[in-house]
Amino acid sequence: MKFWVTCAVLLSGVVALAVSNVNNYVFFAGFVVLQSIVLATAWNILGGYAGYVNFGIPAFIGAGAYTALGMHLWIDASLIIQILAASLLCGIVGFLVGALTVRLRGIFFSIATVALVFIFETIVMNTPFLGGAAGMQLSRPETGGVFPTYLRMLVVVMLLLAIVAVALARYVQDSYIGKGLKALRDSEEAAECCGVPTLKLKLLACSLSGALLGAAGAPLPMYLSYIEPVSTFNLLYAVSAIAMPIIGGMSHWIGPVIGAILLSSLQQLVTVTISSELNVLVVGVLLVLFVVAAPDGIVGLYKRWKSS
Amino acid sequence: MEILLKVDSVTKRFGGFTALNAVSLEVRRGERLGLIGPNGSGKTTLINCISGALINESGGISFNGRSIMSLPAYQRTRQGIARSFQIPRPFRSMTVIENLLIPLAYVRGFSGGKADGCAEQILTSIGLAAKANQLCSHLTQVELRKLELARAMAAEPQLLISDEAMAGLAGTEIDEVLSILHTLNKKGITIIMIEHIMQAVMSFSERVICLDAGQIICQGTPTEVVADPYVQRAYLGD
Repeated sequence: MKFWVTCAVLLSGVVALAVSNVNNYVFFAGFVVLQSIVLATAWNILGGYAGYVNFGIPAFIGAGAYTALGMHLWIDASLIIQILAASLLCGIVGFLVGALTVRLRGIFFSIATVALVFIFETIVMNTPFLGGAAGMQLSRPETGGVFPTYLRMLVVVMLLLAIVAVALARYVQDSYIGKGLKALRDSEEAAECCGVPTLKLKLLACSLSGALLGAAGAPLPMYLSYIEPVSTFNLLYAVSAIAMPIIGGMSHWIGPVIGAILLSSLQQLVTVTISSELNVLVVGVLLVLFVVAAPDGIVGLYKRWKSS
Repeated sequence: MEILLKVDSVTKRFGGFTALNAVSLEVRRGERLGLIGPNGSGKTTLINCISGALINESGGISFNGRSIMSLPAYQRTRQGIARSFQIPRPFRSMTVIENLLIPLAYVRGFSGGKADGCAEQILTSIGLAAKANQLCSHLTQVELRKLELARAMAAEPQLLISDEAMAGLAGTEIDEVLSILHTLNKKGITIIMIEHIMQAVMSFSERVICLDAGQIICQGTPTEVVADPYVQRAYLGD
C-alpha cells in the first residue's frame, strides 16, 4: 500500500512539474535518471536474484530503440505501440538468452551475452532501412499530449516504465518466483532437488528482464531525436547498469533504485559541472569503493547498521 | 514386497569413459539399501541418473511402476525422490529454516505459518532447532550434513538417497546421523545409503550392492557381501 501511495505521489509530482514552466534541462537529466532506474531494476531481476550476469544490456537497449524506430518508420506507430513492440521483441530475445543457461553458467554466460551486443550492432549497421552505420535524424513532434513538449511527455512515460519495472521486481522478489531464483543462485543442483523448476524460472527471469530493458531503450530515438548504432550499442550502458545494483545492493528491489538515482544523478552533475569524460570515472571509483568496502551495497550497509 | 524403484540396464558414458555399464537393480518399498564401491566406481553417477541430475544414454528407470526417464530432476523430487549431496550444498544466502522452506513451497505447496511449523518440526527432530535462524555459512560440518538431510525430508520423500552423509564425521556424529536415518526408515521412507564407512553401512543396510568400474559385482546381505572375493579384491586389490 505504502509503495503504491509513493508511486502515485511521485507520478502526480512529475506530471505537475511537466505541465509547469520549469527549465527543460531538469527533464533532460530526469529522463536519464529514470531510464537508469528501469535498466538497473531490469538487470537485477536476472543478475541480482538469479546470479546470471548479463553484460548484453546495450544489445537489449539497442534492440528496443531500433524496434521503436522501425515501428515509427514503418507504420508511424504511436509511442505506446513502439514500447510494446520493443518489449515484446526483447522479451523473446531474453527468452533465447535464457535458453543459453542450459549449457552456459557463470563467466561463460556473461561472455555469450557480450557477443549479443556485437551481433545486433552489426545487423543494424547493415540495415539501410534503420539508417545503417550513419544513423538517422528524427524530428520530435512539437507537443506530447497534454504536455508542452514531447520531451516532457517522454519523462512521464519513463517514470511510468520505472514504476512498472520496480513493481514487477518487487513482486518477483517476494513471490514464489523470487525464492526459487534465490535458491538456484546459491546452488542450481540443490534447487532442482528441492523441486524448483530452475530452467523455467531462469527463462522467466530472462524474458522479464529482457522485456524491461527493451522498453527502457524504446523512447531513446525520440529523446535524442537522433540515433546511430555505435553510441546506442555502447558497452558503457552495461557498466553503469551493473554498477548501480552493486552499489545499491542486489538482494532487495530498492537496491537498484537507490544505486540508479545516486549514480546517474552524480554522473549528470559531473557531466555538467566538470566534464562529460569524467563521469565515467565516477562509476569506476564508486564501483571499486563499494566492491571493497560494502560488497552488499547500501542495502547491506543499512542491514548491518540496523542489526548492530 | 512392492518394488519402489527399478533401474533397468542403465548405461552412462562421459566421452569415451563408461561410468555405468548396464546397471540393473530393484529397491523394495521400505527397504534399507547400502551402495558401496571404491572411489570412481559409479555410485554417485548412478544416484545422479536416478535423481535426474544426469541423463543416462540407455536403459530405463521407473519409480512406483512408472517410467521417470522423461522427467526433469525437479519433477522427480515432486514424485518422491529426494537426495542429499556428498559435498553439502546449502543455500548459503539463506538461514537454516529458509533452506527448508524452499522444498516445502516447491514440492508440497506450503507457505506462511503452515510451512514454518512444518520446518520447525523437522529441525527439532534432526536437532537443528537452535540454529534455525542462523545463516548456513555459520554451520559446522556435521550441522551441514544434518541440514542436507533435513532439506531432503522437507520434500516428504518416499525414497531418500543419502550420498555419503557421514563422510568426514567422527564416531558419535556418525551414530547421530545413523539414528536419524533409522527413524526416517521406521516412518516408511525407503533409504539408499552410499557410504565408505563400512561399519555404518553394514549395520544399517538390510541389503548391500557393491559397484566396481560401473558394474554391479555383488549383492546380498552385508555379511555375504563382505565375504565375497570380488568385493575384497575391489577394495583391497589382488
